[in-house]
Amino acid sequence: MIDELEAMLRPPVLEMAPYPPKSIVLANGQTMVVRQASIDEVDAMLRIIQPVTWLNRDFYDIVSARLFAELLGWKKYRVRNEYCLVGTVNGELAGIVNGRMFDEQHGVSYHTLALKRGVRVGAHLFAAKMEHHIEYLKQDEVWIVAESPIGHRRWMIEYPLQTKFEVQHELGGAPSWVLTRDTYFKAKPRLVTGTRPVPPELLATSYPIREPDLQTMLVQIEDTLEARI
Amino acid sequence: MRDVAIVGVGSTQFGRAQWSLLKMMCEASHEAIQDASLGDRKIDAVFVANMGSARNNRMAGLASALVDRMNLYPAAAETIENGPASGASAFKMGFLGVASGFYDVVLVCGGERMREVNNLEATEFVSFLSHRYAEYVYGVTLPGLAALFARMYMERYGVTNEHLAMVAIKNHANGLLNRKAHIRDSITMEGILTGPDAINNNPWVSEPLRFYDCCPVSDGSSALILAPANLAKELCRKPVRVAGIGQGTDTHAVHERPDPTELTAVRIASQKAFHMAGLTPQDIGVAELHDAFTILEIAESEEAGFFPKGEGHKALERGETQINGRLPINPSGGLKARGHPVGNTGVSQLVELSLQLRGDAGKYQVPSRPKHGFTVNFGGFGNNVIATVLSEGV
Repeated sequence: MIDELEAMLRPPVLEMAPYPPKSIVLANGQTMVVRQASIDEVDAMLRIIQPVTWLNRDFYDIVSARLFAELLGWKKYRVRNEYCLVGTVNGELAGIVNGRMFDEQHGVSYHTLALKRGVRVGAHLFAAKMEHHIEYLKQDEVWIVAESPIGHRRWMIEYPLQTKFEVQHELGGAPSWVLTRDTYFKAKPRLVTGTRPVPPELLATSYPIREPDLQTMLVQIEDTLEARI
Repeated sequence: MRDVAIVGVGSTQFGRAQWSLLKMMCEASHEAIQDASLGDRKIDAVFVANMGSARNNRMAGLASALVDRMNLYPAAAETIENGPASGASAFKMGFLGVASGFYDVVLVCGGERMREVNNLEATEFVSFLSHRYAEYVYGVTLPGLAALFARMYMERYGVTNEHLAMVAIKNHANGLLNRKAHIRDSITMEGILTGPDAINNNPWVSEPLRFYDCCPVSDGSSALILAPANLAKELCRKPVRVAGIGQGTDTHAVHERPDPTELTAVRIASQKAFHMAGLTPQDIGVAELHDAFTILEIAESEEAGFFPKGEGHKALERGETQINGRLPINPSGGLKARGHPVGNTGVSQLVELSLQLRGDAGKYQVPSRPKHGFTVNFGGFGNNVIATVLSEGV
């Protein structure tokens, strides 16, 4: 039971189709399970994200700090129509993406945080997020901004996204770019991968979310970003 | 000329540097000096290899700065820029200084800090080495040139994307054993080429080259100490002799070559190095080749004379270039996994080869304990190449 005041503080929620889990074989041969996270898993994710908020490398601090706040807002029912997808490798959290439905037709992409770097976990998870908005939530477009040069290259250039500068994205900062259904389906063959259904025994490895080794994760984020000549 | 030996080697961790370029170079130089047990003996000259510090790090006159920072006065100091072959060029100048008797003890240090700029700027800076009016102004980049080269090579000799992936997988596996390598993660054929998710794991960079066909942008520094052979025995328990050095040049613009699949400068440089050493490719037990792109390892292995033209990929298929194969190539991980701080690479190849010949390469030691090793340091897109033969002992 929630009291009357709390009920007034909680936003109304749109019905949201679930994201069906999928598995992806990474470049190193490891399998990443991508699935929807539940509110019950927020605390586990916050514990993992928290140390990253102090990492002044490639905007990891701002991305993880804002993601922390967004997940907390979701848990406390203060963000409307939010969802979160996670990638796990051997049960360990490899990355998180989140966003929300602005309305039935429009989606808002929030953040993409790769905790396991160098094997395009972020690229896969961002693609899963776009897949969720376009194919499962059946939306017409997704509004996106990048908070790092890496994000700009991954989303704006790699897809490529179109500008929609007349829309101010909820994250503030730069004006919005947009992924349309047309852009998505053109990019899908080269960017959206994964196998469904995920065998139950493999899916089971992703529960509960486990913390990657903290030192390994922080060193990897600091040192092993790959860029190519 | 006097016989010259490498009497000390040192190297930083490759990857993204936590420190300034100069501090990295000091770290590598200090390690090399310690390794050489120089004692009170003065270093006569310092040769520094670098390609882009003035642009990327707002630093010039690196050799003078290194002498000052390391209190090596009054050593002579020269900074050498020869594109990605700067390292081997600096080494060659140091060698000539000692061989001629002009100097006795020389420090050669390569250093590059490319991660201070973003990777688009790094790509732009490396592409400065292309022909300004025939290539650069049209937007040619090094991956672009390598892709054109790879496409011709594939059509002519039957090299496939699978062969290119085999080079990457081999060198990543080797890099996993090298604690100083930039990339220490294994990759699989399913993950980067044949699996359903490979298209996103390993996207096109410049078709037919994919992400894992290209080396990373790395920071790193390496250093070595050269001394005449007679002095080397006093300074070092396991000196490595500089047996041969060869250099070749070719047209600046790749399209002006009669056959762009021929790396003539590699062939000439290799032949000269083998001639000077009095050895043949069959005598070589380990090689560090300039695999900035996977196709280059295959092509260079042929031009150097290790395999007939067009058959390097077949040797790869047979496992001959694996760390336990007949001719291990890039046991350090090569540019592909150890990393490619461009101006430093030639020095780092020679450091790695020295470790192999001394038996000091640790987990990535070639098991056959080779007596002779070989490097190719590839400048421009093959328009200025230096090959070196090193031999165990003096």
